[in-house]
Amino acid sequence: MAGSIDVRGVSHRYAGVADEPTSALQDITFTARAGEFLAVIGPSGCGKSTLLNILAGLLAPTAGETQLGPSAHMPQRDLLMPWRTTLDNVAVGLEAQGRRRADARELAREHLESFGLAGFEQHWPHQLSGGMRQRAALLRTFLVGRDVLLLDEPFGALDALTRLQLQQWLRERCVADGKTTLLVTHDIDEAIALADRVCVLSPRPGRVVAIVDIELPGVRSPEVRLLPEFARYRAQLLRTLTAEAWPA
Amino acid sequence: MARVLAPLAFVGLLLLAWQGYVVLSDVPSSTLPAPTDVASALRREKSVLLDAALVTAGEIAIGFTAAVLVGLLTGVAISRSRLALRASYPVLVASQMVPVPAIAPLLVLWAGFDLGPKVLVIALVSFFPITVATVDGLRGADGELLRLLNTMGAGRWKRFRIAEFPAALPRIFSGLKTAAALAPIGAVFAEWVGASDGLGYLILVWNNQTATAEMLAAVSVLSVLGLTLFGVVSLLQRVLVPWQRDSPADHRFTSA
Repeated sequence: MAGSIDVRGVSHRYAGVADEPTSALQDITFTARAGEFLAVIGPSGCGKSTLLNILAGLLAPTAGETQLGPSAHMPQRDLLMPWRTTLDNVAVGLEAQGRRRADARELAREHLESFGLAGFEQHWPHQLSGGMRQRAALLRTFLVGRDVLLLDEPFGALDALTRLQLQQWLRERCVADGKTTLLVTHDIDEAIALADRVCVLSPRPGRVVAIVDIELPGVRSPEVRLLPEFARYRAQLLRTLTAEAWPA
Repeated sequence: MARVLAPLAFVGLLLLAWQGYVVLSDVPSSTLPAPTDVASALRREKSVLLDAALVTAGEIAIGFTAAVLVGLLTGVAISRSRLALRASYPVLVASQMVPVPAIAPLLVLWAGFDLGPKVLVIALVSFFPITVATVDGLRGADGELLRLLNTMGAGRWKRFRIAEFPAALPRIFSGLKTAAALAPIGAVFAEWVGASDGLGYLILVWNNQTATAEMLAAVSVLSVLGLTLFGVVSLLQRVLVPWQRDSPADHRFTSA
């Protein structure tokens, strides 16, 4: 299927200093159905970003294989270009694919409103708030126009309230546009609140230790965090993570 | 307001101190003329200086343009490959060790007495900062950004146009400003060897006649040319690098 992600037996080792290669990922296997929202969660340094870089085609795994359609990658840093206005920043994916700048702007302009950026198209990135920068980076990722989104801790640098707001909004956008989304995060609540399934990785070298189906209402308001099921998922994921991080 | 007043006040202060020193110390005017002597020389030689300034300004304009073209093209070309950079960088640096006044007669021999050698010398002394700034600027582009653009489908040329070149522009303009300050010196060197006109030629002639006040008058006209070129480059920077104009780094000296 066009929008699905298939990861089979992927391992990765970084060539290390003094002939001691560092193993970052070990035998990772999972799939994401087309249109599914999958969160990958794990402690810092477990190879989450490495996994995303492999899926984005930036890194060749030392073993295993991946299968996914064309994807749009959103790295941890927003990478907005200070020399481009907000509009030209979000339209860059369209330009990269060969559209003329005027056409790219025209197409991008239509989406500013729904990404909460209307009225800011002529602002430089440094004039935007943290939340707006993230939304701009997300819109840029959406406008690349691919079925699969690979998001690397998109809300890491935001304050708690902005974060709640953007999380709900991101989930709605992804579901509405039928995107297959792979979200990497170290935030348990974020993973539960956003994902249809959560894939838990162990500390380095990252292995898949659990894949948990999240059965919560399709529309996820911030209130979803108050449901008893949410608390159960949180307890389950927390135990899984800590059991891996500090084995008894 | 402070933009105009501050430098004027500072120059006024310097001139005042200079005038005061000359009056109090009683040095002969041929050793150190007072600013008022220079001013009257300026008035006396107005038409000669104006004609010479036009000649030199023309040389600087062409020579500097040549330096910009050569500097940018070399910078872009050698930053495309590590091998090219390694091979040519020492040669470029060595080119700056060549004492221009010493080889200027040779240049006259090669390129004649007209505009040729002047443009060549001006370009030779001012292309280097532009090349270095271009190379450093282009190689300073964010690798993660370039990889991201690559995943979006941008090829080499698109990555250059969208990211590498604009990222390099602030540094390129630093190089252009340095080059703008060097270009008038290049013009003077060139005119010392084979010229019968221009500010450099006048400086040489008046120096030989110990007409110090006139010589300094010519130097002051030359600095006006230099300041003008610098101003044009700064203006271009404001137009072509608009994102830097109102960036937070610009507000360092205004109170928080």
